Amino acid sequence: MKRVRFWGTRGSLPVSLTAASLRARIAAAVQGARGRALASEADVDAYVDSLGFAVAGTFGGHTSCVEIETGGPDYVLCDLGSGVRPFGQAALAKHGAAAPQTYHVFMSHVHWDHIMGLPFFVPAYIPGNRIVVYGGHAELEFALRRQMEPPSFPVPFDAFKARFEFVHLAPGVRHEAAGMTVTTLLQRHTGDSYGYRFEQDGRAVVYTTDSEHTLAGPDEAQAFVEFFRGADLVVFDAMYSLADAISVKADWGHSSNIVGVELCQLAGAAHLCLFHHEPASDDAAIAKLLDDTRRLEEITREGPPLRISAAYDGLDIAL
Amino acid sequence: MEITHRAYADVVVVAPAGRLDHTVAEAFERSLLPLLDPAAGARAGLVLDFARVDYISSVGLRVLMIAGKAARARGARIAVAGLRPVVQEIFAISRFNGVVEMYPTVAAALAAISPAAAAAYEGA
Repeated sequence: MKRVRFWGTRGSLPVSLTAASLRARIAAAVQGARGRALASEADVDAYVDSLGFAVAGTFGGHTSCVEIETGGPDYVLCDLGSGVRPFGQAALAKHGAAAPQTYHVFMSHVHWDHIMGLPFFVPAYIPGNRIVVYGGHAELEFALRRQMEPPSFPVPFDAFKARFEFVHLAPGVRHEAAGMTVTTLLQRHTGDSYGYRFEQDGRAVVYTTDSEHTLAGPDEAQAFVEFFRGADLVVFDAMYSLADAISVKADWGHSSNIVGVELCQLAGAAHLCLFHHEPASDDAAIAKLLDDTRRLEEITREGPPLRISAAYDGLDIAL
Repeated sequence: MEITHRAYADVVVVAPAGRLDHTVAEAFERSLLPLLDPAAGARAGLVLDFARVDYISSVGLRVLMIAGKAARARGARIAVAGLRPVVQEIFAISRFNGVVEMYPTVAAALAAISPAAAAAYEGA
């Protein structure tokens, strides 16, 4: 595995910056630039970088879709949220429509925000392409077909000209796919969800979203610690604060930054990436979440440092 | 984990020590919940003296949430007091500072919950 690229990072439903919030950022940036010598492009870049990601960037918008670059010829994706649309455009721009590709897609579950991008995934309409969909749910194919039935969508699933294959993965069983070894873990979420551990050439990436890590008993905690053990990267559902996750939003099926840090520390993981951001959180709130999480890691650290990132649409992590 | 407790009028002061993590959470819960029984002296509430707590994990905080719910169901209150700076930061980052009453000292917590308990504590 070479890299992990994020095409969709938001939980529940897509969001975007509003005109008012963009204007407020530009106004703040222009105001901050007063009296500064910004003669060269390097000066401008340095100033923009100094503004912080919550002003100069945005965590974005699309729902869950994460690409794992294996170094092999096939594409590997986790989930088919709205982020799969720009991913498909990028794949087409790279190869053109005439060169058939294989896409391996690992589905955490089939809630709407994780499947909504498929009808807009252009490679699915192109003959010669192959799309292999993996998951633990028996109703995987049913769910993908149903969202394209009338009156919900004008184009039926059978309009896809790519060849679709569905592969059921049983929890705990190691499976070989796209040159990787993939292990599945059943997670706590309404209707169930599945986490994936991808291993190749001594590297490991864990994708664990839409999972309520209650850690209510030692067995549950230990199962996740073993699943995360020594991972180079853990993509983790950090949608809620811990206080919300175990009170007003208990049983809503999501986790917190606090639990992510604890599990990664216990497992000796190298890098925690906060993922599936709450749609009500603006960029400043997610930036604060990232700062808080880094501080928590710092004050609770007992072993090697755990690197912490907050996923955003376009983030590219080299392994 | 070491845990001691003492009743002051209608409030019980509980003093755990060490790390409240996943290895001791179940024992912490088993120790704490019976103390909420009015027969144990906690008619008005329970104060957790955190002066000797080095660290609290998510499962330790979950025990506080459970205890808080149980206390409220009986018309009682629960508060934490004397938090060390690191533990105070953990409460803030987890947003528990918004759901659990926090006081700088046990005396301040008792004064907020029960004047009788505060007087008993001062006289002890």
